[in-house]
Amino acid sequence: MKIGVFVCHCGTNIEGTVDTAAVAAAAREFPGVVFATDTMYACSEPGQDGIIEAIKEHNLDGVVVASCTPRMHEPTFRKTLERAGLNRYLFEMANIREHVSWIGKDREANTNKSVDLVRMAAAKLLNNKPLFSKSFDMNKKVMIVGGGVAGIQAALDCADGGLQVVLVEKTSSIGGKMAKLDKTFPTVDCSSCVLGPRMVDVAQHPNITLHAYSEIEEVNGYVGNFEVKIKKKASYVNWDLCTGCGICMEKCPSKKAADPFNEELGKTTAINIPFPQAIPKKAVIDPDFCMKMIKDKCGVCAKVCPSEAIDYTQKDEIITEEVGAVVAATGFDLFDWTVYGEYGGGKYPDVITSLQYERMLSASGPSEGHIKRPSDGKEPKNVVFIQCVGSRDKSVGRPYCSGFCCMYTAKQSILTKDHIPDSQSYVFYMDIRAPGKMYDEFTRRAMEEYGARYIRGRVSMVYPKGDKLIVRGADTLMGDQVEVDADLVVLAVGAEASIGATDLAKKLRISYDAYGFFMEGHPKLKPVETNTAGVFLAGACQGPKDIPASVAQGSAAAAKVLSMFAKDQLESDPQISVVDIKRCIGCGKCISTCPFGAIKEIDFRGQPKAEVIETICQGCGICTSTCPQGAVQLQHFTDNQILAEVNAICRF
Amino acid sequence: MPVLEGKELRIVGFLCNWCSYGGADTAGVGRFDQPTDLRIIKVPCSGRIDPLFIVKTLMSGADGVLVSGCHPNDCHYAEGNFYARRRLEMLKRFIPMLGIDPNRFDYTWVSASEGQRWQEVVTKFTEQIHKLGPAQKIEGADAEETLKLMEASL
Repeated sequence: MKIGVFVCHCGTNIEGTVDTAAVAAAAREFPGVVFATDTMYACSEPGQDGIIEAIKEHNLDGVVVASCTPRMHEPTFRKTLERAGLNRYLFEMANIREHVSWIGKDREANTNKSVDLVRMAAAKLLNNKPLFSKSFDMNKKVMIVGGGVAGIQAALDCADGGLQVVLVEKTSSIGGKMAKLDKTFPTVDCSSCVLGPRMVDVAQHPNITLHAYSEIEEVNGYVGNFEVKIKKKASYVNWDLCTGCGICMEKCPSKKAADPFNEELGKTTAINIPFPQAIPKKAVIDPDFCMKMIKDKCGVCAKVCPSEAIDYTQKDEIITEEVGAVVAATGFDLFDWTVYGEYGGGKYPDVITSLQYERMLSASGPSEGHIKRPSDGKEPKNVVFIQCVGSRDKSVGRPYCSGFCCMYTAKQSILTKDHIPDSQSYVFYMDIRAPGKMYDEFTRRAMEEYGARYIRGRVSMVYPKGDKLIVRGADTLMGDQVEVDADLVVLAVGAEASIGATDLAKKLRISYDAYGFFMEGHPKLKPVETNTAGVFLAGACQGPKDIPASVAQGSAAAAKVLSMFAKDQLESDPQISVVDIKRCIGCGKCISTCPFGAIKEIDFRGQPKAEVIETICQGCGICTSTCPQGAVQLQHFTDNQILAEVNAICRF
Repeated sequence: MPVLEGKELRIVGFLCNWCSYGGADTAGVGRFDQPTDLRIIKVPCSGRIDPLFIVKTLMSGADGVLVSGCHPNDCHYAEGNFYARRRLEMLKRFIPMLGIDPNRFDYTWVSASEGQRWQEVVTKFTEQIHKLGPAQKIEGADAEETLKLMEASL
């Protein structure tokens, strides 16, 4: 094999701490290498053209590029090879940027290490074989997990694009956090007026199948052919019969059930429809509060239901859907504010969260749009907002900025003035983060037009005095301590990953960061893809996002799904296992270890042998290191290739 | 090729593509300073690592071997790292029988987002190997014999 080596400068990214010319010179001495050079930007068009020229000029049949991580540009250079007429797998990359030039400053040591990495790549390349992809059919149906605004947008875009969509939502209605909001910033639009019609579109779209009150139980398969088991939770109401008339709710005598839609501010009936605009508009029984379920008494709802939909014996049900792609849009949850004991979290009834305040402002909320102190129902005059509760605070494990709290606090201070004209809002903030379109203008309006008083500093404690709450904090601009008499304290709680997000990530086999947010394929260039083919992300499950950003990402994820499905067939990755039938002794160890069931037993002239099912094999290579005979080899990562790398750097 | 005499030792890292290789990339992107001794071999999954690779690497003259994969339960291939964990735990007990200091081998879990953790892992492991010093090299006729044995074993 004639190998060409190209050592990239990457501007000064590599050249700054690696002598690339010396690396190229050293590479010329390696076995198989007939040509080596350094190049300014290997990935640029002139850089790639240079590689193609060299392949033709020197009759190369293998290429090593020493540059950045293969996770970045391996596909780029593989295409370059194809353009020059070589097989894309006769290519190896040495990562001398992320793994060398960016992590050490010693030029001599870096150069030496780069030489080693190139030697390893060249040694592996000598054992590479041309590999060829196969095409396979895909199921052009998409599953969206999460029915918040991002999931709704993704579902509608996919469905409008002609795809069959399965939307799975864990609560009994879609709408997510946005449905709970009263108004949205910076336009002060009515939230449910904007979202409501879109929710109805979901319900009426012929291409969308909605599974509400359902969760993902198990995900099997691979891109193009996923098989998802969905658990439909028992609602104790036959939804095929329920018309959402609400008579059961009116008559239910148990009125103490928790009301998650109203953020536990109010109570609701044991059988309930979460909110008037709910989609689907179906009732659900909360078994913890239903007298029929607890004591086998009552049964009023069954008696009054005109369509006889009540079914106290209903059980969870598992249904299976087959889809070709999955979009995760599980959103976020609110930070547990009770951690901040000094703010009176959970102790004082007049300290509430921003989302509770939002429900209070909403005309469909428990107080019908009147701002009332939870303790005595009086109208507050001084409302204090405390920002960064569970954001930008290392001490509670949330060092990141949640991004939207500054804006919704400004909005809430404006709405407070609208609701109670003689009220005064105080906002304790750390910095104002308002980088969106019309965002900074909006916060300024809150201060200048609506007279909200912004105090830069953290609050040290909140304590009751009479029927008031005293908020004590610092004003770092004045360099002074301040105390404010508050009638109501609203904590601007930050966002954290949705409860159960990590479980879903494991089922989908996607990665998540230290805080439980799902990881995108690349922070800049692959914002909606994951590293698992066929799984995409939308909305705040990837990191805190406001509504416009969530909607944009929902559409982006839909575009990715549509472009994937625009092809008639998918190409399989040929980096999969093959069985050497002569070596195979038919022990079946590979069959039992394969996590995907991709190896089956066949009969070969009366002998049991293993065979890899190409479309199912994911290329992990667990079988290869299990096989006692070395008969199963993972192509592109064979024993010989890995050991060639070892030999290139060790050998005594 | 001699490594930087006295400055560097030969440490080989086997890293899974999805978590730890990504974590090492993240550390690079974050410009987290690390010792330069480690050479990384990328494998698709820690479950792809045959324990004999590690034995062979150590017998071939490496001063240390570090394996890193996805955290248990987070494997891209569902359960590859569980196989890896079982095999590597066995290997840990087996290495002293070969006359190799077991401290020359270690395995760990680093996710793609844990650049800082990767920096700590590399720094700590490299220090550990430097404390042990260069491994005893096989020389002369023994070397030929060992090579033959190793070729036969894999």
